[in-house]
Amino acid sequence: MDLYFSLLLQIIYGVANLALISLGLAIVFGMMRVINLAHGEFLMLGGYTVVVATNNGINIWFSILILAPLVVGLIGLIVERCLIQWLYGRMIDTLLATWGLSLLFIGIITSIFGASTSTVISPPLGTITIGDYTSSGYELFLIFVVIVLLLFVFLTLKFTALGLVARATMQNSDMASCLGISTSKIYMITFSLGAAVSGLAGGLLAPLTGVLPNIGAIYIGKAFITVISGGSAILAGTTSASILLGSVNGVMSYVTGPTFGEVALLFTAIILLRLMPTGITGRFFRKSQ
Amino acid sequence: MSMNRRNFLRTTATATLAAPALINQAFAGSHGPIKFVSILDQSGGLDIYGKPMVDATKMAIDEMNESGGLLGREIELKIYDPQSSIQFYTQFATQAAAGDKADVVHAGITSASREAIRPTLSRYETLYFYNTLYEGGVCDMNNFCTGSTPAQTVEKLVPYAMKKWGKKVYIVAADYNYGHITAEWVQKYVRDNGGDPVEVEFFPLDVTNFGPTIKKIQASKADMVMSALVGGAHVSFYRQYAAAGMNKSVPVASTTFGVGNEHKLISAEEGDGMICAYSYFEEIDSVANKDFVARFKARMGDGAPALNELAARSYEAAFIWAEAVKAAGTADRMPVIEALRSGIAYDGPSGRVDIEPKTNHLNQNVYLAELKDQSFNIVESYQSQPPTDTLMVCDLVANPDQSVFKFENGLKAAGIDI
Repeated sequence: MDLYFSLLLQIIYGVANLALISLGLAIVFGMMRVINLAHGEFLMLGGYTVVVATNNGINIWFSILILAPLVVGLIGLIVERCLIQWLYGRMIDTLLATWGLSLLFIGIITSIFGASTSTVISPPLGTITIGDYTSSGYELFLIFVVIVLLLFVFLTLKFTALGLVARATMQNSDMASCLGISTSKIYMITFSLGAAVSGLAGGLLAPLTGVLPNIGAIYIGKAFITVISGGSAILAGTTSASILLGSVNGVMSYVTGPTFGEVALLFTAIILLRLMPTGITGRFFRKSQ
Repeated sequence: MSMNRRNFLRTTATATLAAPALINQAFAGSHGPIKFVSILDQSGGLDIYGKPMVDATKMAIDEMNESGGLLGREIELKIYDPQSSIQFYTQFATQAAAGDKADVVHAGITSASREAIRPTLSRYETLYFYNTLYEGGVCDMNNFCTGSTPAQTVEKLVPYAMKKWGKKVYIVAADYNYGHITAEWVQKYVRDNGGDPVEVEFFPLDVTNFGPTIKKIQASKADMVMSALVGGAHVSFYRQYAAAGMNKSVPVASTTFGVGNEHKLISAEEGDGMICAYSYFEEIDSVANKDFVARFKARMGDGAPALNELAARSYEAAFIWAEAVKAAGTADRMPVIEALRSGIAYDGPSGRVDIEPKTNHLNQNVYLAELKDQSFNIVESYQSQPPTDTLMVCDLVANPDQSVFKFENGLKAAGIDI
């Protein structure tokens, strides 16, 4: 019984992990139809922000929850102004440009910090005991943060003026701009918000995985699969796809081992996209955001 | 033969064209620098191993050159970075052998990379040193494997850890030939010592989420974990394991932890109590080693990485090769191989090592150590251990014309019960 409970917790953590690494990408893709291939590097930059900050004696919670999203959000803002804003509606060009950007970030970070794993920060919370089993308290905290984050995005989109304008832009940007909304400004805000969420995610994961200049590559594949499987609705898409793929991965990893866990995740995504080419939210929850 | 204009032109042209080549060859043959090529990953996931190895190799070559080189010739070191990618390994090995005409190549970290370049270097008849600890089983006249092998290290590590912690062993290993074959050795030694290898699990090199496995380890009620995990991403296993509080209840012994200086990457609380066995630790208490460590730190300054078996052995292997060149009186391949196999010994920081001629491996000292506060306390040491694993399957004295990896299809295929 304890085992199942602690396994369930593990699966929920897997789901939260997927949602966390995908949310930033989903915001940018869902709102702007921009596929950001530098998404993994935004995560990586969030991780490095935390490492540098804590090594300089800044409180770890402050670095993870405030500094990482702030720094990466700012980087996102600069990237949007300098690069992305000239490329709206040109998907292939955006792909190429953001891919180049990702290589640039890896190069810069490698030349500053070296190509090796850095960080000696440990997950700053104790352990949770469930019967005979122990789980990391930090994983529990991470699940909590993801729920708060999803709620925050939901409330912002649903109940604030910014959310209303953003949804209008998302549904029909031409009409929105006819009605006097500066869509360029909305895109700018959205992109930096997406970057900030990615930064937060990277910062949260840094104590668990350590950071490497090319750690983004580990995340980007899974983040993409989750976002594409989820479809265009940011919240419902990310959440439903994370739950599905995260559970499949968690259960299969437990039953057979990590290799088949990954295979099962990818296999599920392929089947899903064959049956629902526009993702889960292309078929269900169509009215959601 | 009558000399006409056409003939005259042909002869002189050939002579003019050939002259520089002849001079060049004569020059390179015995007067130019001796070419020492090193191919080691300095970026990508394997950089945690490669960078200290490169630093130690550079130090060895610099020291040799400072003391007048070899046979009165300078040693020219050329270093390639294959970026943790196998495809670059084959490319650089070909370049080293065919392009640079290297006298010796010291290369390879993972067993996968070794198997990618070993045939190439054999084919080009270029002397090859592999200086990483590995799973044993290479039987190749052209290839000297100087790292420790499971019969030297794992054979001591497993009974020591089992005696201390218990008989049920959970094995986690990297998902390529090193991890698979090492996991088989671990299972064999666990069974030989009356234990039970409850489960074996393999991880691709880019896996960072070990949550499900940690739950499985708890559910298996194992007494201890043996880890043969490899590379930067796998370091997160030790973090997540400690975060779940497991390192206190089900301790870890490892065949790889520490050679990438992982003990400096994770905190003291996360690593304390782990047990490892290698042929070298920075903490070895001998005059030769203290001097070596001091020279290395002086040379590298504040950013000096910790020294481990891979780095120290890269240094020692360069000197073993140099001893053989001196003994042979030439850097040519066959005389050097013969000199190496004639029982060349070298007193390095790890103690005395010498070439075991049946396998082209090393007889070497082995040390068992426990991790405490990010450094290893040596608890046992064993003098001059032979590579008995490879000796079971390889005899280059009886059959010198070999270039095979005997454990390619696992231990069972090589006739070893696990």
